[in-house]
Amino acid sequence: MKPHDRLSAAIRTAAARGEPALVAFMTAGFPSAPKFREHLLAVAAGADVVEIGVPFTDPMADGMTIQRSIQGALKQGVSLRWILAELGAMQRPAAPLVLMSYLNPLLQYGYEKLAADAAAAGVCGFIVPDLPFDEGDDLRTALQKAGVALVQMVTPVTTPARLAQVCAASEGFVYAVTMTGTTGKSVEVPDSVLEYLARVRAASPVPVCAGFGIRSAAQVARLRGTVEGVVVGSALVEVLERGEDPTAWLKGLRQG
Amino acid sequence: MNANVKFTPAEQHRLLDAEVSGQFPDARGRFGPYGGRYVPETLIPALERLEAGMREHLPREDFQRELSEQLDSWVGRPTALSHAPRLSAAWGADIWFKREDLAHTGAHKINNALGQALLAQRLGAKRIVAETGAGQHGVASAAACARLGLPCTVYMGAIDMERQAPNVGRMRLMGAEVVPVTGGDQTLRAAIDEALRDWVSDPDGTFYLLGSAVGPHPYPYLVRELQAIIGREARAQYLKRQGRLPDAVFACVGGGSNAIGMFHAFVPDREVAIIGIEAGGRGSGLGQNAASLSYGWPGVLQGCYSLLLQDENGQIYETDSISAGLDYPGVGPEHALLLAAGRVQYESATDDEALAALQECARLEGILPALETAHALHGAKRWAARNPGKQALLCMSGRGDKDMPTLQRTLLAPLPAPPPAPTPGAAS
Repeated sequence: MKPHDRLSAAIRTAAARGEPALVAFMTAGFPSAPKFREHLLAVAAGADVVEIGVPFTDPMADGMTIQRSIQGALKQGVSLRWILAELGAMQRPAAPLVLMSYLNPLLQYGYEKLAADAAAAGVCGFIVPDLPFDEGDDLRTALQKAGVALVQMVTPVTTPARLAQVCAASEGFVYAVTMTGTTGKSVEVPDSVLEYLARVRAASPVPVCAGFGIRSAAQVARLRGTVEGVVVGSALVEVLERGEDPTAWLKGLRQG
Repeated sequence: MNANVKFTPAEQHRLLDAEVSGQFPDARGRFGPYGGRYVPETLIPALERLEAGMREHLPREDFQRELSEQLDSWVGRPTALSHAPRLSAAWGADIWFKREDLAHTGAHKINNALGQALLAQRLGAKRIVAETGAGQHGVASAAACARLGLPCTVYMGAIDMERQAPNVGRMRLMGAEVVPVTGGDQTLRAAIDEALRDWVSDPDGTFYLLGSAVGPHPYPYLVRELQAIIGREARAQYLKRQGRLPDAVFACVGGGSNAIGMFHAFVPDREVAIIGIEAGGRGSGLGQNAASLSYGWPGVLQGCYSLLLQDENGQIYETDSISAGLDYPGVGPEHALLLAAGRVQYESATDDEALAALQECARLEGILPALETAHALHGAKRWAARNPGKQALLCMSGRGDKDMPTLQRTLLAPLPAPPPAPTPGAAS
């Protein structure tokens, strides 16, 4: 099975149990680089997919929590190279891994080498918040050769024509941003968001995961049946920052 | 030429021909290899609306008439062309200034701020957000918004708020909300990140009034179009006064808005040398300067593919310059193109060189230039030494009043007290 198919399959399998799949985000090396592997395994034990954040100095789509985690990781010297080496050296969890990175670290690494090294390290896909669909051809082509997904993002303001185009090009899953704005602000899930997510799901050949502002079991329960998965980011980063047990916290999200 | 970016003479020729014949930015918002639109998906519809609105309104006669009237009656255009006789005598070449420091609010920034604010009004924007480094773009935005009755929020790095304190007060007096940015490097780049975050949160009602020729397409083009009046006026004024074109044209380059505005009209005049001066800070080491064209290589920052000061992992370096307005690790994509095409030479001036040039200009010409502009002055001085008797035209991009806190600390700092004289009769 190609890496991007593993990613889709893991989300569909979880969704088939009647709960949205949990895509859990953590910034690599935060709060502690030496404990990265331990934290990754603990997060993976409570999640269906783990999204690992690659730190970047200018995270323009992120709110305060993730900005703080990125600064913490950068201070400890965490880089894409380091992350891939750590993943390559560890007993990897069963949950598929996705890297979330702004474009410049990927660009400097080199796309061909990135695709090969990422696949070898067990990475199934990439989410690149500052790479809109129109600029993505080079990276998409390079990743496709290794079977690695370039997950596309859509938002409530994405036009219908563009939505169809972007969903058709997405691999692994479609990341449906629930609101305009940066990560981390908690949001209610009003009917209009459910309608938007249903539109995305109708347009998408791959599973749809909703993200931005999701931090409670009630929100997860509200999204059940509308999307195949939910992404939790800032709230989980805060759990790790406080030194709490991420596995237990993630399990609690499913009891809505 | 940067070691990481090499173009063959044939490629350079092709790039320059395309630039001169107006083919850039192309349909993908690129100036040759540089530019583009690297932003979160949320901003794509807003940028598409901005591009469509810009293409609809900018060429319209009623828009141009309104812009011209405001530029003429409120900004004070055309700005003067001044000869600098005493500096010319001291430096050995004939030095001329295009006086953007005489424009309303004290720098070239008003040309762009006014133009974008008028466009925002026509596009139905409810509020304006802007970023600022030296504070000049913030002041210009605050002024243009006050003039047009638009609410204005300005993001400014906490470090810059301290070193450009007079401008913070000016913005507030004109009704703008100034928001300190304490994240990131607390300078211009962090302010742009924060303005982008604000815009992402309300892409429909908010208009982002970007102040330099950087960022995602169409900003580098829009800002250049609004600043190109500098070079158009200067070229015509110079021809009228001197009956010929200058041998060389100078401007300082941070993001590069005054420079692209000054240079654009001269790019087709291949007999005119064009020289941009970046901030050399304390030296050539990484993190010691803000000279991305001199020391950077290609990458993506804040929406745009251009030359950046970064490490091998793609992390953006903190920059260092005495001038807040040049303190930026990237540069507008059109400058990266003009470097690639071999049309513009980019050099740098250090903090100390800029301060010395500022002092000379103030004493000999009675003009206190901005610290940013002082970098270009040093470049012109260096060129004059190699080109005696030739003619140089320099964009006096802004005035130095805003730099008084820095100048108090440097040029005006009292000399250290002399050691006490030995007391007569004391044992030695």
